Amino acid sequence: MSELSYAEAIRDGFREAMRQDQSVLLIGLGIPDPKGFFGTTSGLREEFGGDRVMDMPCSENGMTGVVLGASLNGIRPVLNHQRLDFALLAMDQMCTQAANWSYMFGGQVHAPVVFRMILGRGWGQGPQHSQALHSWFAHVPGLKVVLPSCPQDAKGLMISAIEDPNPIVYIDHRWLHHVRGPVPSGHYRTEIGPLRVALLGKDVTIVAISYMVLEALEAAERLAAQGIEAEVLDLRCLRPLDREGLLRSVRKTGRLVAVDQAWACAGMSAEILACVVEDPQTCLKNPPRRVTLPDCPTPTSPALAAEFYPRADHIVEAVLEMFGRSREPGELALQPGIEYDKPNPAFTGPF
Amino acid sequence: MLRIRLVEEAIADAYPRQEMRCPVHLSIGQEAVAAGTAAALARADLAMSGHRSHAHYLAKGGDLRAMIAELMGRQDGCCRGRGGSMHLIDRSVGFMGAVPIVGSTIPIAVGLAFAEKLRGQTRVTAAFLGEAATEEGVFHESANFASLHRLPVLFVCENNLYSVYSPMAVRQPAHREVFEVASAHGIPACQVDGNDPEAVFNQVVAARRHVRSGQGPFFLELKTYRWREHCGPGFDNHIGYRKEAEFLDWKKRDPLENYSRKLISAGLLTEEGVHELSEKISAEIAEAMAFGRKSPFPRGLADFVYSIQP
Repeated sequence: MSELSYAEAIRDGFREAMRQDQSVLLIGLGIPDPKGFFGTTSGLREEFGGDRVMDMPCSENGMTGVVLGASLNGIRPVLNHQRLDFALLAMDQMCTQAANWSYMFGGQVHAPVVFRMILGRGWGQGPQHSQALHSWFAHVPGLKVVLPSCPQDAKGLMISAIEDPNPIVYIDHRWLHHVRGPVPSGHYRTEIGPLRVALLGKDVTIVAISYMVLEALEAAERLAAQGIEAEVLDLRCLRPLDREGLLRSVRKTGRLVAVDQAWACAGMSAEILACVVEDPQTCLKNPPRRVTLPDCPTPTSPALAAEFYPRADHIVEAVLEMFGRSREPGELALQPGIEYDKPNPAFTGPF
Repeated sequence: MLRIRLVEEAIADAYPRQEMRCPVHLSIGQEAVAAGTAAALARADLAMSGHRSHAHYLAKGGDLRAMIAELMGRQDGCCRGRGGSMHLIDRSVGFMGAVPIVGSTIPIAVGLAFAEKLRGQTRVTAAFLGEAATEEGVFHESANFASLHRLPVLFVCENNLYSVYSPMAVRQPAHREVFEVASAHGIPACQVDGNDPEAVFNQVVAARRHVRSGQGPFFLELKTYRWREHCGPGFDNHIGYRKEAEFLDWKKRDPLENYSRKLISAGLLTEEGVHELSEKISAEIAEAMAFGRKSPFPRGLADFVYSIQP
């Protein structure tokens, strides 16, 4: 076990999988760049060579088909996109092709391919470098969708994704790359499916995805100070969705807040609520709540971004309202001196 | 060619019986492309195709009974009833899959070839595509990558002049030939009479030699004509998107009729020989139809969504 950043943990995941299996191929625009794809591929080209750590043309859709084809013929490729938005050019190859190939050919073909993409937030990335559209992939049978929020899972889920016989969408969050945490050394898998209980509690279940797990944990800390014990669930896999794990927690707490840095309409937060309210054995003490993005595109200006992104304050407010405690005046007001569009005070951009 | 023609006609005849409840795109009139190409490929070579793939599948050696059963939505179909006419596969003969989204198998076929190269294998991959697929961005992305890495891919572009009802004139500039687009990607390319099976065969032999020698991909444009409607068993010249006279013109260039005549006049085939062959194929088709009808309908709605084997 050693202390690593989330970005280093992803790199270690690549390294372990590549050492284990000669057929694993890392490919993406800028994969061998001098900055090591935000530090997630540093040193890999040196260890594994240019044939296994490859740059590629700026052809997202075509290259997605190419790696799918390679996966049908003995290669285990990981296709990397610097932003989720770029991967959208390849929706046909991911959702109509890769997701369907096993089913429509009656289980005769396997497509062990990973589509990795990075979710952005803040620092002016705006409408086309930070769209959080993970629910699109979660909608599609045949894909699996993972979004790790801690370094340990970043590595373990990457290894599992590469070694899985199915097409996997692996989404890491740009604001998590610098976050440090304990990571087991060597080869290990984190099972694709089960959610992670990030914090035990008995009064309210806060389900969060990706970076928002960190905001949920901060909210839980502040709620604890007010005598409310929140259980924080890290929904690290959107498909398959751990419905049982979710219900187990909500049956205990009777309260549910779904937190997603994404739009509410037809999003994962809606699926989480539906999963709970459809279950005949789960009774909620309060109507469930969602903490999500406002229903407008992503703004660029730091002033607008500060208003746009939900944070721990919003989660605290949602929970307090459930408990009938009125909001303190100015609770959600932006604090002077805090820069809301960057992941930490040391960050000076750009992404 | 005769076998493809007779199979397609049998499908057209059986179609109104409502046993084949899926869209079918017949290759009648275009048989020389599939037959000439596949004859020049090795059995181990790989191929992928699009929505109009019956001919390619059969020519590559795909199992007829499994194809008919698939069209009938049966358990013994080549996709266990999950695919239908637009999703044929027979991996045992290197026919690695067909899908109906125009252009979508082009990069996947290039990916097969990419894996061949990475793994030091020598099989050639034939990517069958229609001329409209060259209007898709993904064709250019695939051609660029195949050219960049000199991948062992043979692009077999079947130009039948129409994308559903839209003629070439509304889709591509008149002063540019389809194959010239491939040349712009640094891929050697040429145009061949797609209704002349010998010309197709000879050109594919040469193209395959080029591809196998490690010099990278080759692009063939094969000009031909679809006789029947875009989708379904009938004729549709009367609905107004093309002229009957154009169809009759192309019918005079019937690859099957003309090539049979050529072989007969060269003394390599006889009328009786053609008749005997037809009888034999018709019996095979009848047997395949009976096989399809006898095969049970599939069960297990959600089977195969995910692969479980590593």
